[in-house]
Amino acid sequence: MGLMDRHALIEKNATLLLVGSLLVVTVGGIVEIAPLFYLDNTIEKVEGMRPYSPLELVGRNIYVREGCYLCHSQMIRPFRDEVERYGHYSLAAESMYDHPFQWGSKRTGPDLARVGDRYSNLWHVEHLTDPRSVVPESIMPSYAFLKDTPIEVEDFSTHLVANRRVGVPYSDDMIARANADLMAQADPNADTSGLEARYPKAKIGDFDGNPQQVTEMDALVAYLQMLGTLVDFKNYDEAAGYR
Amino acid sequence: MKFGTQIFVLSLFTFAALVAAGFGVDQPFRQHMWVLFFVLLGFVAILIRNTNFEVAAPIDPSAYMDGPIRYGAIATMFWGVVGMLVGVVIALQLAYPDLNIQPWFNFGRLRPLHTSGVVFAFGGNALLCTSLYVVQRTCRARLFGGDLAWFVFWGYQLFIVMAATGYLLGITESREYAEPEWYVDIWLTIVWVAYLILFLGTIFKRKEPHIYVANWFYLSFIVTIAMLHVINNLSMPASFLGSKSYSAFSGVQDALTQWWYGHNAVGFFLTAGFLGMMYYFVPKQANRPVYSYRLSIIHFWAIIFLYIWAGPHHLHYTALPDWAQTLGMVFSIMLWMPSWGGMINGLMTLSGAWDKLRTDPIIRMMVMAIAFYGMSTFEGPMMSIKTVNSLSHYTDWTIGHVHSGALGWVGMISFGAIYFMVPKLWNRERLYSLRLVTWHFWLATLGIVVYAAVMWVSGVMQGLMWREYDEQGFLVYSFAETVAAMHPYYLMRAIGGAMYLSGALIMAWNIAMTILGYQREEEPMPGSVPALQPAE
Repeated sequence: MGLMDRHALIEKNATLLLVGSLLVVTVGGIVEIAPLFYLDNTIEKVEGMRPYSPLELVGRNIYVREGCYLCHSQMIRPFRDEVERYGHYSLAAESMYDHPFQWGSKRTGPDLARVGDRYSNLWHVEHLTDPRSVVPESIMPSYAFLKDTPIEVEDFSTHLVANRRVGVPYSDDMIARANADLMAQADPNADTSGLEARYPKAKIGDFDGNPQQVTEMDALVAYLQMLGTLVDFKNYDEAAGYR
Repeated sequence: MKFGTQIFVLSLFTFAALVAAGFGVDQPFRQHMWVLFFVLLGFVAILIRNTNFEVAAPIDPSAYMDGPIRYGAIATMFWGVVGMLVGVVIALQLAYPDLNIQPWFNFGRLRPLHTSGVVFAFGGNALLCTSLYVVQRTCRARLFGGDLAWFVFWGYQLFIVMAATGYLLGITESREYAEPEWYVDIWLTIVWVAYLILFLGTIFKRKEPHIYVANWFYLSFIVTIAMLHVINNLSMPASFLGSKSYSAFSGVQDALTQWWYGHNAVGFFLTAGFLGMMYYFVPKQANRPVYSYRLSIIHFWAIIFLYIWAGPHHLHYTALPDWAQTLGMVFSIMLWMPSWGGMINGLMTLSGAWDKLRTDPIIRMMVMAIAFYGMSTFEGPMMSIKTVNSLSHYTDWTIGHVHSGALGWVGMISFGAIYFMVPKLWNRERLYSLRLVTWHFWLATLGIVVYAAVMWVSGVMQGLMWREYDEQGFLVYSFAETVAAMHPYYLMRAIGGAMYLSGALIMAWNIAMTILGYQREEEPMPGSVPALQPAE
């Protein structure tokens, strides 16, 4: 009985066909994805990575909500031109707290993996409000409405808790102070020593130029200004990080 | 029909939506629940209006259940036009950014509406209605489960409406082609499991001992999409009365899970399912058997085994470990072989019937679909080679590649299947007009050629400009200059897309007139009626 004849068994048995095809399609995923969760060298050893501060996380959620990833990548490839244009190539460690990842797949606009500290807060606000006022060639939509939208938070700690449940190391202290930290980061007059201890290198200030209220513009600019600034590359061992 | 239980259960859900609209923790969620409330209220009202206390006529268990398929054919046409229209709009937004209307109609919110609209609403309805059509006819059995097919059809439309309105309100997970948030994902899971039960149940009660090859493809598409959807969308909501959730995985693991899903949304949703369509409708329309039975067996097992590995080619040169990238590249290249095996099997089905290309525009459409399938399954493996990908990735080349597959293969084979099914579903002698099909064929084909060619040029140019150095070793172009250089190509691309859309509009007209029972009086296609020979 040839192989093709034996195939007739499957063609006459729906259960065999279902189970067989399900088994065949699971192999690839198991071999490729599962090791990423247990191979130690999947994520490089770096210094400086920390969870997002509450304001940065709100900003990141706005970035996700508006679909920024559709035009902006956050993944610098190890090529001469990209490293020169955008900075050190991206490490897996730099997105280890990103739920979801936002590497993107298209660069209608430039990569944003290291946009933090490159421009002033004012530039970001003007650019987001009217992109062509600062970059005439830009085809980006306007996001002026962010300035007029106050951040709506009843209890932001639930977001930190959800992140902790999926593996982000938010401490009890961070969760308890989520709302206070959220407001303090956008207020230059607040006492931010605790915030800075919990979230080292966090940028603090009135990002959107409107001290009256904390808006979505504050949050998005706070997020953009920290992108790619956490890892200390002076102490990064390139050879050890290669996988 | 009394619909007692249905009305009761739907009313409960309607009330729950109202409660959620009142107590939701974030504004988009509250707005979304208002949308859900009014949609469900509409469903309830329609059911109450259609309540009829007369005893329903007994259902003939040997007759095919074609009601949901008729609705599905109309839904395919409707969502196709909507999805393609949004595509033309966002293409124009790239050429003329002032067309963005913040916040709801910005590019970032409309783009998922376009992709989900054409992939899941147009493609999904095409798969749903053709699979139910094919499985009944090849199994010689009525659909399993009574009204289950209606639940699957309306449940799927509800998923589309909730996903689409969610994008506009800013409710998205921002995972490409898996954007809907957690509660919409749960709903789709329920509908999809019902679809699997419906399809498999019909196969189980078949009167034909053999399961026809088209059903293998449909079945593997349904079951694999269930697996991909559930695993890729695992996430933790911040609140059960809020729209926001956080993906279960992070960073590099999240990236590969997402592209394992994303590439196989292409592999199983847009390929395996539509190959099922090809294996039924091409032989039917050509009136020839499938070219090779052995080839179809090899084609089936090879393609479902290999496709699932190809995801990492979306992550070349990223922070994904090199071993995974290389594995993805190798399997992507191997994938070329079974893909072309399928193409050969489809094309060669026409052997002995090639003359029909001249006289039958529907066959022409199907053959063009298979030709584009062959072209894009060659281009895909080529772009998965790391050195090629270093140029093509992040550019419009990828967009061009996707569209030659989506417009050429998925679109054309669906159009062919709908043209085939509609006269049969409504008991019409023929389509309203075959000449309009010819118009559709040429508008669509030229539209794709314009679209793909323009995106090749702009993509390669973009990639080369980004990496161009002068003699002193400085980058020649700023990023903003490369954006400005894209403008003419964005405009031409919009024209190509508009041509394709106008073809679809002609089709919608043709299908509507066919359903209404009209036949256009027109000259038959040249060559379709044998010329009278003088008697000798």
